[in-house]
Amino acid sequence: MGWFTRKKEGIVTSTAEKKETPEGLWYKCPKCKSVVPADEHAKEMFVCKTCEHHDRIGSLEYFQILFDNGKYTEFAKGIYSGDPLEFEDTKKYVDRIKNERTKTGMDDAIRVAHGKMNGEDFVVAAMDFKFIGGSMGSVVGEKIARAIDKAIELECPFMIISKSGGARMMEAGLSLMQMAKTSAKLTQLSAAKLPFISLLTDPTTGGVTASFAMLGDLNISEPGALIGFAGPRVVKETIGRDLPEGFQTAEFLLEHGFLDLIVNRKELKTKLSHLLYMFKN
Amino acid sequence: MANYLPFEEPILQIEEEIKKAKEIEENSGVDTSKMVKDLEKKLKDTTKDIFEKLTPWQRVQLSRHPDRPYTLEYINTMTANTFVELHGDRGVKDDKAMIGGFGQLDGQTIMFVGQQKGINTKMRQYRNFGMPNPEGYRKALRLFRLAEKFNKPIVTLIDTPGAFPGLEAEERGQGEAIARNIYEMMTLKVPVICIILGEGASGGALGIGVGDKVMMMENSWYSVISPENCSTILWRSWDYKEKAAEALKLTSTDMKELKLVDEVIKEPVGGAHRHHEEAIMNVKKAILKTLEKLSPMDPDDRCQKRVEKFCKMGVFNSK
Repeated sequence: MGWFTRKKEGIVTSTAEKKETPEGLWYKCPKCKSVVPADEHAKEMFVCKTCEHHDRIGSLEYFQILFDNGKYTEFAKGIYSGDPLEFEDTKKYVDRIKNERTKTGMDDAIRVAHGKMNGEDFVVAAMDFKFIGGSMGSVVGEKIARAIDKAIELECPFMIISKSGGARMMEAGLSLMQMAKTSAKLTQLSAAKLPFISLLTDPTTGGVTASFAMLGDLNISEPGALIGFAGPRVVKETIGRDLPEGFQTAEFLLEHGFLDLIVNRKELKTKLSHLLYMFKN
Repeated sequence: MANYLPFEEPILQIEEEIKKAKEIEENSGVDTSKMVKDLEKKLKDTTKDIFEKLTPWQRVQLSRHPDRPYTLEYINTMTANTFVELHGDRGVKDDKAMIGGFGQLDGQTIMFVGQQKGINTKMRQYRNFGMPNPEGYRKALRLFRLAEKFNKPIVTLIDTPGAFPGLEAEERGQGEAIARNIYEMMTLKVPVICIILGEGASGGALGIGVGDKVMMMENSWYSVISPENCSTILWRSWDYKEKAAEALKLTSTDMKELKLVDEVIKEPVGGAHRHHEEAIMNVKKAILKTLEKLSPMDPDDRCQKRVEKFCKMGVFNSK
């Protein structure tokens, strides 16, 4: 006989009687579990008031945070993936792309925009993790290339906000070469003596880390961001033991000399403006 | 003792028959020369047949063939033993998976840099299976700059299953080391030729893979990930590696067609692993021929063309 017996059969609360909380009204911090109203969390730039945990946000949120009065011009729109390899795994790549585009309403895993930051021209390319893990294929490479052209045209600083699992496997050799393409474009920006800021956000790994993300005149990150070349699981498998605490966090990279500084998102705009002012004056 | 892959078995069988026929002649004096001749023709035809119909996965297997010549063998043979290996990144240590140094190709001094695999179990460990750490990439960059200073062309020889994904590699900035190399190689004022000899796995290969001319050996592969890892990630099982090899379009023919590499270097029928000397001489010829074109160019033009070539890579649609 079991230790517990059910006295009544079935679930007693009828569906109609269930009290439901509307989605997205409250935000619960995944780190410290404190709960705040969602709109208040947005006002805090998606940084937890209690523990400073930086929530993952997308390109549009970053544009809102950085550009004056949230005003900016998105450009290089309407570029989307081709499928020259006719790649197919469990799903056709063309179908995967079609689904992602419908689901997210985005062209691909990046948006590029220009506008004013504290009155100065600024070009920003911001990656979106929700589009196939922020993976870099031909479209990401091309949009970054066009953003660099724009910065050269406007003679202004350029920033890439990285948030990516790395190169996109479904574009194989083509995505690998985006590492070379973006780096090649950065040599042109450098020749024009324009600053390149790399903001590495949670997570930045693989081919993105091994190309533009590590090539900033300044490499900046947000607190606690995961940054690495090989993913933590792969490293763990390689060494056959547990990883030390804090391994591959922004703080770890700062300590080992690969970041210039870690900036709280709420101070990002001020700090960037100040630094860029000093580059210029 | 030579090694044979499963699809090479028919070759092994005929080779053994030839050996037996020759033994018979030696031992009993019976004339088997006609039989041997026929068998040799059959061997040639069979080999040709097998090698004309190689699948992408079979090419991947060939690229890792244990009898295949590795980087140092290429360099030593091509340079008629004039090669002097130079060590160390001047920072951390000497990475044994990445080798480099000056050598002469028909009287012309060239900086050779490449990943090195081991020829036996002990050496494989010593060479870390051809997987460099950040100091390997930094040594490569140091040698590139040395070559540039003394106006010597650079040849990189690529053969790696990937950059090492270890704990110390992360601490010392594997990502930064590869990124730095890709960037700096765009700006090198001397001719740069890159040749994928065997395995060209992802960033680990590209970290020494930016050049005016990028060439692939016929039976090598070059892609963003190995077919095995691709299979594990996309199909969640190791068993789809053959499918993955096909999907990735990683063979020399495919990569040339996609314009991601510039040229394919022919291997002798039967593969580089059966005919070292011939394969190595093909590489030497390709290097000399390419240098003839690259060396007279204006350094700034050459750099600009290199940058432009990589900027064109990628396929997308636009409205």
